[in-house]
Amino acid sequence: MSRTFLIALAASVLILGGCSKGGTKPDADAASTTTGGETDYSSQTGLGTGAAGEGGAYVEPGMQPGDAELITETVIYFDFDTANIRPDYSEVLAAHARRLAANPGMSVRLEGHADERGSREYNIGLGERRAQAVRQALMLQGVNSVQITTVSYGEERPASTGSDEEAWALNRRVEIIYSE
Amino acid sequence: MLKIGFSRWGFGCFLLLAAHSAGAQLRIEISQGVSEAVPVAVVPFGYDGKGEAPIDAAGVIAADLQRSGRFAPMARTDMISRPGSAQEINFADWRLLKTDYLVIGRIVEEGPDRYALRFQVFDVFRGTQLLGYQLSGSAAAMRAIAHRAADMIFEKLTGVPGAFSTRIAYVSVVRENGQEVYRLIVADADGANPAVISESSQPLMSPAWSPDGRRIAYVSFEGKRSGVYVQELATGSRQVVSRSPGINGAPSFSPDGRWLALTLSGEDGNLDIYVLNPATGEKRRLTENSAIDTEAVWTPDGREIYFTSDRSGGPQIYRLPVSGRSSPQRVTFEGRYNARPRLAPDGGTLAVVHNDRGNYRIAVVDLERKTTQVLTDGQQDESPSFAPNGSMIIYATRRGGRGVLAAVSTDGRVKQSIASAAGDVREPVWSPYPKD
Repeated sequence: MSRTFLIALAASVLILGGCSKGGTKPDADAASTTTGGETDYSSQTGLGTGAAGEGGAYVEPGMQPGDAELITETVIYFDFDTANIRPDYSEVLAAHARRLAANPGMSVRLEGHADERGSREYNIGLGERRAQAVRQALMLQGVNSVQITTVSYGEERPASTGSDEEAWALNRRVEIIYSE
Repeated sequence: MLKIGFSRWGFGCFLLLAAHSAGAQLRIEISQGVSEAVPVAVVPFGYDGKGEAPIDAAGVIAADLQRSGRFAPMARTDMISRPGSAQEINFADWRLLKTDYLVIGRIVEEGPDRYALRFQVFDVFRGTQLLGYQLSGSAAAMRAIAHRAADMIFEKLTGVPGAFSTRIAYVSVVRENGQEVYRLIVADADGANPAVISESSQPLMSPAWSPDGRRIAYVSFEGKRSGVYVQELATGSRQVVSRSPGINGAPSFSPDGRWLALTLSGEDGNLDIYVLNPATGEKRRLTENSAIDTEAVWTPDGREIYFTSDRSGGPQIYRLPVSGRSSPQRVTFEGRYNARPRLAPDGGTLAVVHNDRGNYRIAVVDLERKTTQVLTDGQQDESPSFAPNGSMIIYATRRGGRGVLAAVSTDGRVKQSIASAAGDVREPVWSPYPKD
């Protein structure tokens, strides 16, 4: 993947981060599943306390409103024969990066995959290239390399077992797997 | 008749697990044979000894010759006599039946669990013996001995050594109780005697034979990370050869069996080719390029490797001296995708996975003439591997949504389909000739 793209990605994350810092509050959804009390979403660094008795979405340390939802997306899909991260994943990866950067004890395993076409060991290489693209994107946004391990399964662990365009699109992917 | 002992493969001392699921056994059928397949009659062999003969040796030999696609064995029901010795042959009868060659033989019990297989091959038109031989061994070895006899007959009649007494390693994947079970299996070249040598819930891939046929290197993802392992077939003992961070893949033994070429990526994920001596731990990097460099295979003299690299954009095949003193030379130029090179035993031809108008097919690249010939007609053909006599290439393909194996002769005239009753089979690798 091109270096310029990574820089652009990092820059856009900075801009997004800058905007939302002074932005709107999260939806004060009374029915939201708050765990362990409310936190002030506007704090970039940590464990501020919200006003007692006021409902609010739980925001993990270092994360931003909307991140909780963004990080539920843990599979990044790729186009045929490329390891370029599609622009529509920039927010998802930025949210994962914020989470990891704020929690140095947290780590992720990036599992790279390819579709079934072509040779198996070469596909291991393609899966690795995709996992590395995600790794680089996370590291450019402040994640420490020790928090990330990669593994490439190539075409060995397909998400879909079909042999058509639809299945192949589901199989060209990187899975982000958290471990404490 | 010449008499030799039979010690190939060290029969009876394998600590292999029998492949318990019947589905693991392969069934090999000819889907296309040569139109001028040579008619041959393999008369059922006589037996001198107690009880039943240990095997139907004539049946094994006829099946081998038939599977080669180059012979058309006569049905037993069409045989009008069953000679057991040269004196009993009436060549005029066999000429009438339009068979070119006649094979007769017998099994003789020589002692406790000791049998001799004698066979003779005759040219029906000349009425002369072409070959006479005796091979001995235990009851358990008789099947392998019959394959060896088929090898000798094949060589006598075609000029090419037979490869029936070789073996095939392959990976089978079966979904059991909602989980994939990966098995590395070694079977006879006719699919018989499948034995599981490794089993895992995580992927197993890239099996490679040592040149003496006694060890197999492979990749296992056990512990959810890749590692290259070398396993002794006779004992099942296993050595971790490489389990570095990142990719450990694509092992290939040097012709002297002392070195492995393999692919390592390190944490930064840049795949490059290394050579490693498992006995000493000595390791040397052969390529240093930001592209994917993988799938190395050695030349027969051990001086060079061929490998896949996408340094020019798409994957192509390159050649590099193992000394590392010069830069890689690209050797494939036809098509945008050529990967996974495997070298013919004579070193003159590469079998590759080649993108042929959107389909992945097996092609052979003539290294001297620089021509590419597509041999197969599937959509997902991969993992080519030469028989040690260079006559056939076994490979993996998909049929009916399943992974199956197939084989094609290097001239494209003979095609075999190799079915497994259950699950997917893939990554077939043909063993070298057994070493005495």
